Amino acid sequence: MLEVIVVGGGHAGCEASLACSRKGHKTLLVTGNKKNIADMPCNPSIGGSAKGIVVREIDALGGEMGRNADKSLLQIKMLNVAKGPAVQALRAQADKITYPKNMVETLEAEENLEIREALVEDLIIEDGVVKGVVLENGEKIFAQAVILTTGTYLKADILVGDTRTREGPHGEKPSNHLSDKLRDYGFDIIRLKTGTPQRIDKNSIDFSKTKEEQGDSVYHTFSFDNEIHYKIEEQVPCHLIYTQPETHQIIRENLNKSSMYGGLTDIKGVGPRYCPSIEDKIVRFADKERHQLFLEPESLYYDDIYIQGFSTSMPRDVQEKMVHSLPGLEHAKILKYAYAIEYDAIDSKQLKQSLETKVVENLYTAGQINGTSGYEEAACQGLIAGINAALKLEGKEPLILKRNEAYIGVLIDDLVTKGIIDPYRLLTSRAEYRLLLRHDNADMRLREYGYQVGLVSQEKYDRFLAKKKKIEETKEILKTTKITPTEETQQYLETIPTTPLKDGITLYEFLKRPEVTFSHIQHFLPLDIDSAIEEVITVDIKYEGYIAKANKEALKMVDLDNKKIPEDINYDAIHNLASEAKQKLKKIMPTSIGQALRISGVNPADISLIMIYLKKEYHHES
Amino acid sequence: MKDTIAAISTALGVGAISIIRVSGEDSIEIVSKIWQGKDLRKVPTHTIHYGFIKDQEEIIDEVLLTIMKAPKTFTKEDVIEINSHGGIATTNRILELLLLNGCRLAEPGEFTKRAFLNGRIDLIEAEGVMDLISAKTDKSRNLALHQMTGQVSSLIHDLRNRLVDVISNIEVNIDYPEYEDIEVVTNEKMKETINYLKEEIQNILKKSETGSLIKEGIKTVIVGKPNVGKSSLLNRLLEEEKAIVTDIAGTTRDIVEGDVSIDGILLHMVDTAGIRKTEDKVESIGVKKSLEWIEKADLVLFVFNNQEEITTEEKEILSKIGKKPTILIINKNDLESHLELPELSLPIIRISALQNDGIDDLRKQIKTLFHLEEIEQSDYTYLSSARSISLLKKCQNIVESIEEGLKQELPVDMLEIDLKNIWNLLGEITGETYTEELVDAIFSRFCLGK
Repeated sequence: MLEVIVVGGGHAGCEASLACSRKGHKTLLVTGNKKNIADMPCNPSIGGSAKGIVVREIDALGGEMGRNADKSLLQIKMLNVAKGPAVQALRAQADKITYPKNMVETLEAEENLEIREALVEDLIIEDGVVKGVVLENGEKIFAQAVILTTGTYLKADILVGDTRTREGPHGEKPSNHLSDKLRDYGFDIIRLKTGTPQRIDKNSIDFSKTKEEQGDSVYHTFSFDNEIHYKIEEQVPCHLIYTQPETHQIIRENLNKSSMYGGLTDIKGVGPRYCPSIEDKIVRFADKERHQLFLEPESLYYDDIYIQGFSTSMPRDVQEKMVHSLPGLEHAKILKYAYAIEYDAIDSKQLKQSLETKVVENLYTAGQINGTSGYEEAACQGLIAGINAALKLEGKEPLILKRNEAYIGVLIDDLVTKGIIDPYRLLTSRAEYRLLLRHDNADMRLREYGYQVGLVSQEKYDRFLAKKKKIEETKEILKTTKITPTEETQQYLETIPTTPLKDGITLYEFLKRPEVTFSHIQHFLPLDIDSAIEEVITVDIKYEGYIAKANKEALKMVDLDNKKIPEDINYDAIHNLASEAKQKLKKIMPTSIGQALRISGVNPADISLIMIYLKKEYHHES
Repeated sequence: MKDTIAAISTALGVGAISIIRVSGEDSIEIVSKIWQGKDLRKVPTHTIHYGFIKDQEEIIDEVLLTIMKAPKTFTKEDVIEINSHGGIATTNRILELLLLNGCRLAEPGEFTKRAFLNGRIDLIEAEGVMDLISAKTDKSRNLALHQMTGQVSSLIHDLRNRLVDVISNIEVNIDYPEYEDIEVVTNEKMKETINYLKEEIQNILKKSETGSLIKEGIKTVIVGKPNVGKSSLLNRLLEEEKAIVTDIAGTTRDIVEGDVSIDGILLHMVDTAGIRKTEDKVESIGVKKSLEWIEKADLVLFVFNNQEEITTEEKEILSKIGKKPTILIINKNDLESHLELPELSLPIIRISALQNDGIDDLRKQIKTLFHLEEIEQSDYTYLSSARSISLLKKCQNIVESIEEGLKQELPVDMLEIDLKNIWNLLGEITGETYTEELVDAIFSRFCLGK
């Protein structure tokens, strides 16, 4: 008997299907085209600032994206190495052929997972509970839970110049009716827009006019499994170029031909602020003389080069001129033209923190249908939706990550509490406690949860416990080992260089000096530990004060998040509640006082009123 | 909600004693930091202690302090009440000290709210508490708006704008590290920002402190020629407020300096007794001296004699009074009028100091002139200024810790965490706490994207 149906085989769908099937539930993944499973329709990269940390979080919880990316690398580097530890993150170029291929292999190896090619056009709903899906041909498939991960395929329109074509990426068939049905069932449907740049034939580019950008010369992995599948010297470079005055000229002259600037007059979709098209950039930042563009390889197995920074909805003839004005691309052959894409999404405020919808029970949504953009954002939601659908089948409480526990928690809380206007991308600035949400400690934060929900094996969990123990032990050793101002020590300190000692000092205190690194500690006390452990310890010690401060702040929030608001609360019965606050509270139905406080338009006085009301009506110990 | 809260729980300046109340689990620890006397951690509950409130080494006030430990208190938390008798400025100073040392300013009705939430008050009272909170909140909201439409608010606003430039730039450096043509915020640039911040915050603190009528009281002079009734007017005003008059030795006839409270707002009467002495003519008024006093005052009470015609000196002073808040007072209203004042847009009040007639009208007029009718005798009005000041002082502390971090060469993005805190605190002052503000700022200032 089928338990879960996942609709859509993108990054969210893959994680959702794997989470459910690995937790032992019979799962069906329905996808429009098997060939597009785990497809990367836009940039050929995984990770980046904040996003790279999300990939680590997915891995810590037992998801697949990190492992799969490690198997499919063209290039990888650590971003922000010159900055503080809180903002470092991995970014990789991933092979667009290998990545999906590896993912499909993983999916096919899952015993409880079946994959089927079909389009879903309706849901089966009885008494507000989802019971299955209806395919395009009318066939009904029944299950206990459904997870929608439809990406950009709901009423997708591809926009190029003055043409609008009803199709998804790669000319795939979109779902024409599902979003209408969702509206009928009570969802508020919004329309969003995103875009992608041209792909250029590698052989037609003169790379001598570009600046090469290589990967790092040390090994990295996203996954805590630490399995290396690439060779440093075989990494494939990216290339940096800049737009030219001529490029800007061409765009300005043809502006009215762009879909967004008059080419099409019926555009409803709201585009992402963080990812404007090149014409947007030239209009909005008119005084900027040039814009950076990256030439990124898509795969070892074909010749497409992706021009990051050049997304546009200009007609094809203008795109030709634009591309040919770029240095090294004078004779470039365009293999695929840039386009904008419009699609339907639901209002994410209609979701619970578990990603189950408030409108239909046992129905979950994840990824672009929730208004986000980005592979990593989609994957982590897919994972959480999958975990929670399974937990619900098992009669257990959902896994809800807090804002101080994971970027995933920040993302989902933002979606369900604040809602979105334009496609949502994770940014470090969205996290209040980014010092706690680091790349290096993702396993310390989340491995336990992954093990509890059953996605992290005993063996991996034991390895994690050993690492944790090692960290604690080593910190203890550093706290109890002293160095004294002997002549020999002072001489060594001069070589670092750092100021000489006045008195004896523990290695723990010594490591706090800005110029001292863990290798200097090893000089005094050789310790047999790997670099990942060194990293966690160094950061924990060096930034101890800041981390303690962040933890203290976070505790206040957790305290408020632990004050629960019952689902049946009647906001109309609370006198004096401001009407704007009342309206928003009724729509969002926050589950805790903390979440209520994060709703814009709900002020502390409203919160006081709610707390008093709860005390009165429910005799809560709040 | 575990914060320790503090507020002034008596109407400021009205009574001889003000009570500052502190409640929460850190009450004893926080008060101990500003207390000189018995060790509060060791004294038994429900006892009263004599001692001093101090700001580091400086003694602020001599007080009686009541300590009540949980759970047998109004809020069921540890509660301390400080009985101060030092007037408005001192009371506010004590509150500021508490806020600076870790208390949060209580929201309107918060003590009552806690009492309720902690099960101290009967359920039936809940509705009343809720009404109280919303009523008080509306009031303070209006008041905050009113207060913030000044120079200080625009200064803070500018400061925040400058800050968001730097913060969003740093955030962009973090989120889009591959964009090489975006300026990178270095420690050097950070230093510039910090220096600017430091200077501006100091500047604002100074302005808000000197500009705050509530805190300092309204400097008031009574001018007029001799025997016009200045002293009797003053006596009349003081008579009603005997409790808080602080007499400064003068002649037996002329009590010419003292503090008068009008519904909790302090009028600080300035000594003008010297005027007569500068010129020897009995019927004259010292023009030069009077103008000097007027120059220094926030409020001028210009007294005329109803029985006499206006003199050239009086006319001269009137013509030079300019925009200074002034009330023309025609005394001896009960007697036949010979006075004809020139056409002026200044408010005129007729009184008889002798008969105690018209004094109420005068008080009303003063309130109107300073919009004092919007400020009531309850706690929050004064506090919104104390609150702003304490928030700004917190900013100052953070600035210092950033300076420390700069010395240690901490990465800019670490220091930016503190910078954001300052930005948020400033936002609390101006009421700008829109959560998407920063993200908006990033994308409107920088050009990024695929």
